[in-house]
Amino acid sequence: MGVSELIKKLDQSSSRRIQQERRVFPIQPPFDLLPQLLRGAGITIQLTIFSTVVAFIVAFIMGLGRLSKIRLIRWVSTIYVEFFRGTSLLVQLFWAYFVLPLWGINLTAMQAGILILGLSYGAYAAEIVRSSILAIPKSQIEAGVALNMTQGQIMIRIIIPQAVLIMLPPFGNIIIELLKGTALVSLITLSDLMFQGVMIRSTTLRTTETFSMVLLIYFVLALPITFGIRRIEGRLSKGRA
Amino acid sequence: MWDWQYTLSFMPDLMKALITTISATLVGFLLAVVLGLPLVLGRRSNFKPLALLTTGFIEFFRSTPLLAQIYFIFYVFPKYGISFSPFAAGVIALGLHYATYLSEVYRSGIESIPKGQWEAAAALNFSRIRTWVSIIIPQAIPPVVPVMGNYLIGMFKDTPILSAITLVEILQTAKIIGAHSFRYLEPITMVGILFLLLSYISSVGVRKLELRLNQRY
Repeated sequence: MGVSELIKKLDQSSSRRIQQERRVFPIQPPFDLLPQLLRGAGITIQLTIFSTVVAFIVAFIMGLGRLSKIRLIRWVSTIYVEFFRGTSLLVQLFWAYFVLPLWGINLTAMQAGILILGLSYGAYAAEIVRSSILAIPKSQIEAGVALNMTQGQIMIRIIIPQAVLIMLPPFGNIIIELLKGTALVSLITLSDLMFQGVMIRSTTLRTTETFSMVLLIYFVLALPITFGIRRIEGRLSKGRA
Repeated sequence: MWDWQYTLSFMPDLMKALITTISATLVGFLLAVVLGLPLVLGRRSNFKPLALLTTGFIEFFRSTPLLAQIYFIFYVFPKYGISFSPFAAGVIALGLHYATYLSEVYRSGIESIPKGQWEAAAALNFSRIRTWVSIIIPQAIPPVVPVMGNYLIGMFKDTPILSAITLVEILQTAKIIGAHSFRYLEPITMVGILFLLLSYISSVGVRKLELRLNQRY
């Protein structure tokens, strides 16, 4: 066997090994995927912000509704909360996206996403509003009555400011849950972060990098919410027992 | 608008798929209940790196979407020679995701046990294992059972997400039925009603359980 032949053989085997290694660890730096993923993350952020606003509005209406003296309002808000907490979020999304058009209500995927995420997490948040208001000691209301305040004044000046303080930590958790929930809109064809991840995977087959990046971006998106709530909590409770 | 004939014709298929949904829930929950324990023990460990690692793991799993985790387990692991069926991948993802939640529930249960109980165990010269098995766990778990029940219901409502990795559970079945006949109204509505019914019944059950447990303590 000549030397040149031996070198050729060695070369072949080493190149085969490199190929094999590529197959086992087919990971390339995933930075080139970032622009597309971040475009998706933009949609995810938009969706999170808008649905959080809807959710909080719904939460206060329904949470106060459940404490109303008027039985009809109490019933309606109880049914609302039980309905949205009792059914699966994904089923609600499908319903809004596939069934509502039958009644002539055509929602875009974005509208359906904001609406359902807002209504659904609003139902969970309504329970937080309700329990926080109930957690305020009765003596606070009595003090308000003693000061000759109207019911509205007692609610706005005494109960709500104290109840909001109790609500904040669980609200932070709800926003994180909502952020996680937005991933489901990818299944009704909205091109959010998760959707872009699935698209990139199916075109480039770089599964490991894509899905790792997706998970990482979601984690990074959740971080400011976690820290933000902790800070607001600290600031609001300053100077209070 | 609503076609009862059509509804009745697909209900058997839907009920069959409901069995898949329920078994995924139960197996996933069992996994979560078991995996939650090592997580809480790791987090409370005196060995700092282990505690940090477990805390990081829990935080990461709690703040990323279940759907992304399911995709990861279903599509990434096969690249390294470990492939799962849709059912297995879904159940593992559900189990891991909810194990991080349950570990926090366990933690709150363990931390609510008065210090005197630990001291009493030490005074009686109990070993670490015996302290845990015969004193701490029997007192820590029953009070948090209702909370666990709520997570079981939450998990049940999360199972439709498994349809994304082609598991033919109840929502996927409804979609297939709808695609065949171009009528989505009845199948998807029925799925919603079934979920509402089952989770309402279970939440009433959990509330009853809570009352009964509170009587004991």
